[in-house]
Amino acid sequence: MNTREMISTGNELAALAAIDAGCKFFGGYPLTPSSEIMHSLSDMLPKVGGVAIQMEDEIASVCSVIGAAMSGKRAMTATSGPGLSLKAENLGLAQMAEVPIVCIDVMRGGPSTGLPTRVAQGDVSQAKHPSHGDYKSITICAGSLAECYTQTARAFNLADRFMQPVFVLLDETLGHMHGRAIIPTAEETGSQIKTRKQFDGKPEEYFPYGVAQDEPAILNTMFQGYRYHFTGLHHDKHGFPTEDMNTCKLLIERLFNKVEAHEDELEAYEEYMLKDADIMIIAYGSVSLAVKEAIRDLRKEDIKVGLFRPITLWPAPALKIKEYTDKIPKVLCVELNMGQYFHEIQRVSSRLDIDGLFKVNGRPISPHEIVDKVKEL
Amino acid sequence: MAFDYSNYLRMEKMPTLWCWGCGDGVILKAVIRAIDKMGWKQDDVCVVSGIGCSGRFSSYVDFNTVHTTHGRTVAYATGIKLANPEKHVICVAGDGDALAIGGNHTIHGCRRNIDLNMIIINNFIYGLTNSQTSPTTPRGMWTVSQKAGNIDPTFNACNLAMGAGASFVGRETVIDPKKLERLLVKGFSHKGFSFMEVLSNCHINLGRKNKMASAMENLDWIDSITMGKMKFEKLEEKEKLNFLPTGILKEDDEVKEYCEMYKEIQDVHQGKRAKITQNDFDKKI
Repeated sequence: MNTREMISTGNELAALAAIDAGCKFFGGYPLTPSSEIMHSLSDMLPKVGGVAIQMEDEIASVCSVIGAAMSGKRAMTATSGPGLSLKAENLGLAQMAEVPIVCIDVMRGGPSTGLPTRVAQGDVSQAKHPSHGDYKSITICAGSLAECYTQTARAFNLADRFMQPVFVLLDETLGHMHGRAIIPTAEETGSQIKTRKQFDGKPEEYFPYGVAQDEPAILNTMFQGYRYHFTGLHHDKHGFPTEDMNTCKLLIERLFNKVEAHEDELEAYEEYMLKDADIMIIAYGSVSLAVKEAIRDLRKEDIKVGLFRPITLWPAPALKIKEYTDKIPKVLCVELNMGQYFHEIQRVSSRLDIDGLFKVNGRPISPHEIVDKVKEL
Repeated sequence: MAFDYSNYLRMEKMPTLWCWGCGDGVILKAVIRAIDKMGWKQDDVCVVSGIGCSGRFSSYVDFNTVHTTHGRTVAYATGIKLANPEKHVICVAGDGDALAIGGNHTIHGCRRNIDLNMIIINNFIYGLTNSQTSPTTPRGMWTVSQKAGNIDPTFNACNLAMGAGASFVGRETVIDPKKLERLLVKGFSHKGFSFMEVLSNCHINLGRKNKMASAMENLDWIDSITMGKMKFEKLEEKEKLNFLPTGILKEDDEVKEYCEMYKEIQDVHQGKRAKITQNDFDKKI
């Protein structure tokens, strides 16, 4: 497939990416501003022999997706904050049983019903830890129309590599933005389909959860002769419930280690005009588009400012952030929330003098607001 | 020759965690015999369970098995079935599981008429968590959450399923495993949502405080509140309130099954047939 130039919306591009990534099942529930993903996939999936179903509620939608993924299919759901809240418990089961699914969250204003049709980035913390218990989430965030496509496609590979839910954060602005996007090929982005590992030995020698302490479970496709057990309970190497102290401890440690030991495979960020910068703005999602415009304006006035844009939000690209915060005197975090990522930047940089520009009125941030703030620093 | 269950059981998991005399074991064996009668290959069967005593069902049987969250069996099973329409999917849920926390999924599974086999084990109580009121606990019984006596009206699970659109609905008890097996075989053979309620005993967490502390006393009580469908039909309306009919209560082979209908959606999008309209359905609203 060649590079494609398209006029589309973020939500539709995410749907297209799912199809190209081999997604065969979508379960959803109407939720502004994510619904167009379901609308698109309800046309696109049956065309390729897949299934898109509108379930009776948000909980059922994620359960159906986890069920399809347990059976071996690539599967996805899409929602916004209120829906993510409802899906939380079952996302925990997918973490615990190591079921690879993709969950898109097109963020809107919260908490609660909030601002259904307006933009926010208030789900960043939620996407780090939607469910109770200990596990390590993988959350990536699109920063442009093209990335609504590329990051969704990448999410499917990450889910199959790490065998757990992968959250893709879009926001209302990106989801509904209608514009030109240049979609690179899978080869260009290194995101050719890499499906989950399969065990091909004798069934009696198959231990889906009996893997090295830094590796994910190996879950064979259902109905293929390897009969095993999924559970949200603590489980042994066969997948059967256990309360054995050591097994429980090792399981939770492995859920952490399988991500932490391979953070290099997850790290993704963009550096924009940072080389000579003495002011660094940290921003992600649609906000970064405004930040880039502000940087171009500020540079005209010889103010040396650059952008660090994390694409993988969780786990945070901590070493890279630290490298810059150690070097650059002034750091400004711009977010459409009250500083959900700001606190992570404080933590990884060990700096308490970082500035924040937080906007929570449901409106996108404009470049001039950023320009004004930078001049105040 | 006696039936050999060992091929279908995960023998290393025996004995089960269920209490002595629990009806769940009777159901476990009946389900195995029914699957054997159907001639289904173990690899082609997926058993999905929820939370509660019935939740452990899936870990004991040697099929593809999924132990889900509380109440969500039908939602998980819907994903598994739609992604693999040619396979056999069995849901096992308890009364609290299927009628309280998971009530929404139960009614919508029935409404879609997707080809799932749903076995609901109704022991009239939250047994695993020590005797809280369930949607089927009879009024006036003692529960740990209503020690003064339960005042909550009960669900009639089969009526609920019929009202919601399940095309196969039946009820049996653990008292007569043969009848139960026959019901299961009928339900498994049916194309569409098969809703099978099995009344079971929980003499430990229902019976002890309600004057039926042994399995036999609890089963006698179940016997006293059930009646074959034919006999039940002849009762006065007022008398019917005190009994639950057993047997096949609904069997409708005319209703379209969801996976087959979804195939038609795929055909529309692949240009193999015209769009679906109201004329494709007998029932317009």
